[in-house]
Amino acid sequence: MPKIRVDLKYCKGCRLCVAFCPKGALVMSKKLGPRGLNVAEVADASACSGCLNCAVICPDAAIEIVLDGPARKPARKNA
Amino acid sequence: MTGNDAMAEGAIRAGCRFYYGYPITPQNEVPEYMARRMPEVGGTFIQSESELAAVNMVLGSSAAGARAMTSSSSPGISLKQEGISYMAGCELPAVIANVQRGGPGLGDIGASQADYFQAVKGGGHGDYRLIVLAPYSVQEMADLTTLAFDLADRYRSPVMILSDAQIGQMMEPLVWHDYAPPADLPPKDWALTGAAGRPKRIVRSFFLYPGQLEEHNIRLQRKFARMREAEVRFEEINVEKAEVVIVAYGSAARVAKGLVLRRAKSGAVGLLRPVTLWPFPEKRIRELAGEGKDFLVAEMSAGQMLEDVKLAVEGRSKVGFYGRIGGAVVTIEEMTLKAQEMLASRGVRA
Amino acid sequence: MTAGYARPQALRDAPTHYCPGCGHGIAHRLLAEVIDELGVRERTVGMAPVGCAVVAYDYLDVDMCEAPHGRTPAVATGIKRALPDRVVFSYQGDGDLAAIGTAEIIHAANRGENISVIFINNAVYGMTGGQMAPTTPANAKTTTSPYGRNPETDGQAIRVAELLAGFDRVAYSVRTSLSSPKNVRETGRAVKKAFQTQLDRRGFAIVEILSPCPTYWHMEPEAALKHIDEVMTKTFPLGVFKDWPK
Repeated sequence: MPKIRVDLKYCKGCRLCVAFCPKGALVMSKKLGPRGLNVAEVADASACSGCLNCAVICPDAAIEIVLDGPARKPARKNA
Repeated sequence: MTGNDAMAEGAIRAGCRFYYGYPITPQNEVPEYMARRMPEVGGTFIQSESELAAVNMVLGSSAAGARAMTSSSSPGISLKQEGISYMAGCELPAVIANVQRGGPGLGDIGASQADYFQAVKGGGHGDYRLIVLAPYSVQEMADLTTLAFDLADRYRSPVMILSDAQIGQMMEPLVWHDYAPPADLPPKDWALTGAAGRPKRIVRSFFLYPGQLEEHNIRLQRKFARMREAEVRFEEINVEKAEVVIVAYGSAARVAKGLVLRRAKSGAVGLLRPVTLWPFPEKRIRELAGEGKDFLVAEMSAGQMLEDVKLAVEGRSKVGFYGRIGGAVVTIEEMTLKAQEMLASRGVRA
Repeated sequence: MTAGYARPQALRDAPTHYCPGCGHGIAHRLLAEVIDELGVRERTVGMAPVGCAVVAYDYLDVDMCEAPHGRTPAVATGIKRALPDRVVFSYQGDGDLAAIGTAEIIHAANRGENISVIFINNAVYGMTGGQMAPTTPANAKTTTSPYGRNPETDGQAIRVAELLAGFDRVAYSVRTSLSSPKNVRETGRAVKKAFQTQLDRRGFAIVEILSPCPTYWHMEPEAALKHIDEVMTKTFPLGVFKDWPK
């Protein structure tokens, strides 16, 4: 199962990752993050297909993803 | 109104129908106000590609006989210096407003008075002077802007309004006076409107033949001498009884005024507030120095107007200095301490 | 090497001051990714503009220089001529590049300076509060076009990528967008090619990136990205206008 981490130090709650996740793995949290904003959170990591769209669209590089094995879709590799 | 808006509206009421400018904090309100208001009065607003282009657009509209204005803040005013020098040399009226911010370089967006040298001693090349008006309230932002257009037309010369971020951004009530241009303004019989039924005219600052440029400069200097005679403006508070006279303008003068009014009973501290930084109230300062008063120059700079006060005092009495630099604002507490220091050295406690 | 995504090394650890959903954040991240991939962090020198990205030097972990508004290509020229083996990039917004800096960008392009220019086009002046930009489309309302940009008096939006492609010494000129993960990846590839253009000494390279400004477009971030796809690309078509001519 992919490991998805939203770093609350950077997340500004812009909601783009949620908008572009094709699998509903991310949602906006009802809680406020440390900067007083509604932040993104992982709803269901098992739903993640490893497309990396969330990390690619995030303006704050707040999302880190570790996939087991090679990515199922072509993606920019960064590690 | 905010100071910036009052300045813009003051220009419109003075009949300015051409404004060219570029966004820069802390004077964005001016182009934004003009963008909205100029079409309402049938005027022209252009957000130019740069401050450099804007001042040249002013040069053009002025050459065509119109009342034209541009505004900016410190780094943008640096860009305008070439155009200002050209307008001085071409003898074109114009109003240029500098809402000062901290510098040098990109600096910050806080209030500063560190462009005094640039305004009064230059800042473009060549032998010319600008009339420099220094508003210290929203009312003066309106009134001095209107006056600037009259002075520019009277002398066929650019005039600068030297304000700062605080005065531009603050809100105060003001009163609008009915405006009519002075009846004795010279006609613009030099304006380029097309040589129909008259000999052609040229707007130029280039005089290449031997002696021509010197002659032109002598004429300009005579004009500046007339300005020195007729256009000095300043305000005095409690100067008669004062032992120490604070000399300050703009935001610094607001703080100084507070200090002087607090100590009005003792009367030991007064304020001389230049309204024209050029021509400078040197005669009055020389008079007061002759009466034995000391001076405390208070500026938001490392000491620029300080030099002009020293020049006027001619060594006859002491000139102290209190300043804050880099976009920091003078405080009444610090100014008071410095004033007390100077009074103490005269044997006065207040 | 595990698959996935990690924060690029060349991006410093500081949270940015950019608004939520701002395109600068994505562009900075892409720049950092390219610098990592090409392994050039220690020989890269970047220019920061005047605009919202004025403090870009706090976010990218490379040597960076401030330039007066619009003069970035000239400053970049000065650096590249003094240190020709460094990787020099210029990062500019629409006011910086297409308003006050038009002379500088045209002449750097014309001279074919071996620099890589990242041009963030969000069709508005963000830093100063939402004024009209040279790339603001016709009829758009901004604080200095309160009645809508009138093409007859204010001109049409300037298309920079096409304009610069006309110069012989421009080797790579492309327009991309940040409106979707697919387009962001495409932008990343374009930025990498712009850097490669410099490394190969082919001439001048520019990537014009259509970027969202949710705050001054008065839209939510997701709507701002849709606006790029549905509206902005009508004025600014995506495409490659110059591609390593022989």
